[in-house]
Amino acid sequence: MVAYFLRRIALTIPTFLALMFLTFAAIRLVPGDPVEVRTGEHGMSPERLAYFRHELGLDQPVWRQFLAYVWRLAHGDFGVSLSSQDKVLTEFLTLFPATLELSFFAMLFAIAIGVPAGALAAVKRGGFYDQALMTVSLFGYSMPIFWWGLLLIMFVSVRLGLLPVSGRIDLINYSFDQPTGFMTIDALLSDEPGAFLDALRHLILPAIVLGTVPLAVIARMTRSSMLEVLSEDYVRTARAKGLSPSRVIGVHALRNALLPVVTVIGLSISSLMAGAVLTETIFSWPGVGHWLIDSIGRRDYPALQGGVLLISAVVVFVNLIVDLVYGIIDPRISHGH
Amino acid sequence: MATDVAALTRPIGDEAAAVLAQPSPLASFWAAFRENRGAVFGLAVFAIIVLLALTANVVAPHSPIDQFRDAVRAPPVWEKGGSWRFVLGTDGDGHDMLSRLIFGARVSLFIGLSVMCVSFIAGVTLGLAAAMTGSVADVAITRLMDLIMAVPSLVLAVLVVAVLGPSLANTIIAVTIVYLPNFVRLARASALGELNKDYVTAARVVGVGPLRLAASTVLPNCLAPLIVQAALGVSSAILEAAALGFLGLGAQPPTPEWGSMLADSREFIRSDPWIVTLPGLAILITVLAINLTGDGLRDALDPKMRRG
Repeated sequence: MVAYFLRRIALTIPTFLALMFLTFAAIRLVPGDPVEVRTGEHGMSPERLAYFRHELGLDQPVWRQFLAYVWRLAHGDFGVSLSSQDKVLTEFLTLFPATLELSFFAMLFAIAIGVPAGALAAVKRGGFYDQALMTVSLFGYSMPIFWWGLLLIMFVSVRLGLLPVSGRIDLINYSFDQPTGFMTIDALLSDEPGAFLDALRHLILPAIVLGTVPLAVIARMTRSSMLEVLSEDYVRTARAKGLSPSRVIGVHALRNALLPVVTVIGLSISSLMAGAVLTETIFSWPGVGHWLIDSIGRRDYPALQGGVLLISAVVVFVNLIVDLVYGIIDPRISHGH
Repeated sequence: MATDVAALTRPIGDEAAAVLAQPSPLASFWAAFRENRGAVFGLAVFAIIVLLALTANVVAPHSPIDQFRDAVRAPPVWEKGGSWRFVLGTDGDGHDMLSRLIFGARVSLFIGLSVMCVSFIAGVTLGLAAAMTGSVADVAITRLMDLIMAVPSLVLAVLVVAVLGPSLANTIIAVTIVYLPNFVRLARASALGELNKDYVTAARVVGVGPLRLAASTVLPNCLAPLIVQAALGVSSAILEAAALGFLGLGAQPPTPEWGSMLADSREFIRSDPWIVTLPGLAILITVLAINLTGDGLRDALDPKMRRG
């Protein structure tokens, strides 16, 4: 077990190094003078150019530049954003809770609906409900979510006036400290009446949009996994013992059917982050995805470089945790490899 | 099923003999594919979209980039004030929506198919190379693909486009890089599965060289899952490219690209909903049609991969 853990953790080191190399190489490929790319300043005097070239270490050999980059990253220095002059890491950490909160509620939505819907479809295999769910889930994973977001805004927010169009909270009516960065938690802590509900109302549409594709995937996965389990001997035994159908399905079948579903959920962090970029852009959600796209518009390459690296690092880290947890849950994994 | 039984219970004749004879692979594939009504429907819709894209010059009522200054944001024909001149209305710059949507099919299909072709060929080559050469090359290729998979797809595509600059060609490059690992991993896994089988050993013993072994012995037996992946890859590529276009990082105006049309429509979300609705609908229909076809392909090509 310990050997498996150590090996799995060691395996992420080359990935991290490669990620650093990728972001290091990417910013070098940006057309234009490297000093101008990194400082955002144009038309510098030759002296100033030479000064920055030395200051930024661009007069060093490439391999030294890379080592210096790795060294800085290892010390938590992800560079300074050109547009805000803040540290990239600080900006990221300020915005990341918003992305995390949105992703959490999106997954909550996807699991809360996807698992029961998929299980029910498996139980009623071939029936009208099953076919309807399969069709809806096909729509779900074929959906361009940026359009889905616009449609929801159009009908729910603009036409019906039910939910807010953008942001995390109504800034005119509510202002309070945000010690955690999670709006729902901060709203609860603030003692401002209605703030929590307002934060939830802002979360509904973005969470639905971000959760739609995972919902379709989870529903399909639960269905097929459940179908497999329902034909197992132990389910037949449970039925033969005279247990009620709801107990057989809910306790014996569903619990075992959920293992592959949990795998899918654990591994969907990468696609969640990709979806968050779009969802946050549509709803002006102040998270890291929105920030990343904004930094491209502002030609803020240090922010882009740091942002891509940090988002990818989160994904690699979460996948590592998922793998380690599996090692504990399912000993076959840690012994087999 | 009922017709099969009927055919088999008839007295033996030429027809029954034909049924009993081994059908050609293509015929048996088509017979299996045809059973899935959704897949046939999807294929039909996809064929229509392809036809529209190919004949866009003839079919589209207007040029996709002509601006009709006298008819900016004209409503579609079924709305009040609509006319047959602009069947689906015009957008904020006075472009004819229908023409832009038809030409947009050309752009999206071009992106989807080029991404699929390049990543299929490059992916299969790399995957087979990884599986058959072993050790160093295998580790290098697998690690590189792991790296690409570690970065969320759209984030990687955004990085590539941000570095290379937004354009149609760079969209294709970005999306190809993102989807390459799917093909490499699939080709490698299938090839590894086949390499231990007796027929490959037999071919080796007979003295078949490595290139021929890869191309004509192993590859044909790995094709089924790769073809399915290729079909589904087209729809993913179209979605990804549209997302880049929506973020302003894809094809630049006035190219009629569905994603960027959606982005331009955002300001009319309150006043002119059809400008927002139509491009997204075009994306959804195209992706749905391809996914339906892909599901049918999967069921028909490989009964083991059959869903449910």
